[in-house]
Amino acid sequence: MLDKTGIAKRIAKEIKDGYYVNLGIGIPTLVANFIPEGVNVVLQSENGLLGMGPFPFEGEEDADLINAGKQTITTLPGSAVFDSAMSFGMIRSQKVDLTILGAMEVSENGDIANWKIPGKMVKGMGGAMDLVASAKNIIVAMQHVNKAGESKLLTSCTLPLTGVRCVKKIVTELAVLEIDQSGGFKLLERAPGVSVEEIKNSTAGKLIVEGDIPEMII
Amino acid sequence: MINKVVSGPDEAIKDIESGMTLMLGGFGLCGIPENCISALVRKGINNLTCISNNAGVDDFGIGLMLKQKQVKKMISSYVGENAEFERQLLSNELEVELIPQGTLATRCMAAGYGMPAIFTPAGVGTEVAQGKELRNFNGKDYLMELAFEADFAIVKAWKGDTSGNLIYRSTARNFNPVMAMAGKITIAEVEHLVEPGELDPDQIHTPGIYVHRIFEGKNYEKRIEQRTVRSLDHSKI
Repeated sequence: MLDKTGIAKRIAKEIKDGYYVNLGIGIPTLVANFIPEGVNVVLQSENGLLGMGPFPFEGEEDADLINAGKQTITTLPGSAVFDSAMSFGMIRSQKVDLTILGAMEVSENGDIANWKIPGKMVKGMGGAMDLVASAKNIIVAMQHVNKAGESKLLTSCTLPLTGVRCVKKIVTELAVLEIDQSGGFKLLERAPGVSVEEIKNSTAGKLIVEGDIPEMII
Repeated sequence: MINKVVSGPDEAIKDIESGMTLMLGGFGLCGIPENCISALVRKGINNLTCISNNAGVDDFGIGLMLKQKQVKKMISSYVGENAEFERQLLSNELEVELIPQGTLATRCMAAGYGMPAIFTPAGVGTEVAQGKELRNFNGKDYLMELAFEADFAIVKAWKGDTSGNLIYRSTARNFNPVMAMAGKITIAEVEHLVEPGELDPDQIHTPGIYVHRIFEGKNYEKRIEQRTVRSLDHSKI
């Protein structure tokens, strides 16, 4: 079974040289720490920055320079700053190659819910709806089950949707799965030490298992 | 050149009245018009509709206006980080319309470009789509979203000249340029007010035609919401 860092490490292997990538808040943010050497990527922050650098050194924080999670960050040589309309313009016109974000629920046809729990949480969708509606490639980073032990991989989402038929791949502490065109979670890899049976038991939606499922290499 | 300078935030907002719709620039607490928000709190008007990506925090930004119950309705994309906001919302004291961030920005942009509506895929198949016209272009569904109408847009820039040309700094740019273009009347507060000719025309982000009033703000607090740093010890990330 993977911890959060493990999920981030596995997702980092999906990033190809030359990609522009948008990382959501939470586990996706950690992915930046594990991008393989020699793979050149540009991180997009939807508040208006391409080329997001690491956190500043203590004492060098700049209130005018933050990421979409409102954290102080730095720029890199070659960074560019722009306004919010242009930021979502490049997202909508599919210039961003890969979007990695968290989710509360994913359905077997690729629907995603991650912005609202009616009566409980009303924080808002931020840029998530724009990102999932337009992204070429969406990878979801999340726990396979919620805190109550219920599967987050469902036949259909129960929470208000963020987007429909948009998720391509899911990486959890148990497995790597792909949304099958005909509907279903196609099992691609098992986390170290996790059996197909365990993944089956934690997946409420249709799980597609074809042949031997390899253990993931991290 | 046309001189647009006013004495300060109180003069700039003098004709903003209760019940009006305001756009306020900024992302989180980054690039917010601190001086004008303070003046709006001092003026004590209420029943305002505020279009702003976020709603500040409990004791800063738009949160100060929420605390005084000056806001009737917020139109935002993300309103976490504000307990008073959540309390007013759950007790029905405050109306809120949550919309996708790109939709928010583009509805501002449309207003500034003189376009009545835009089409976006954001929100298709979700509750955001309820009651909105759906159009299919090249096999993909889009929602029709209307340009915003705001009585005033209030923005913050880094530098501005007396004729209203603006330059923003770093990610404090965010929503400010598109909102500056979208107000019936646009107020700009700047950290540095300079004479015409001191700003390079090639570097202007918002041309002065969009700006009606400008002043140099004072005592910027520029509060940081999430202070994240790395250790000076290079062995740690």
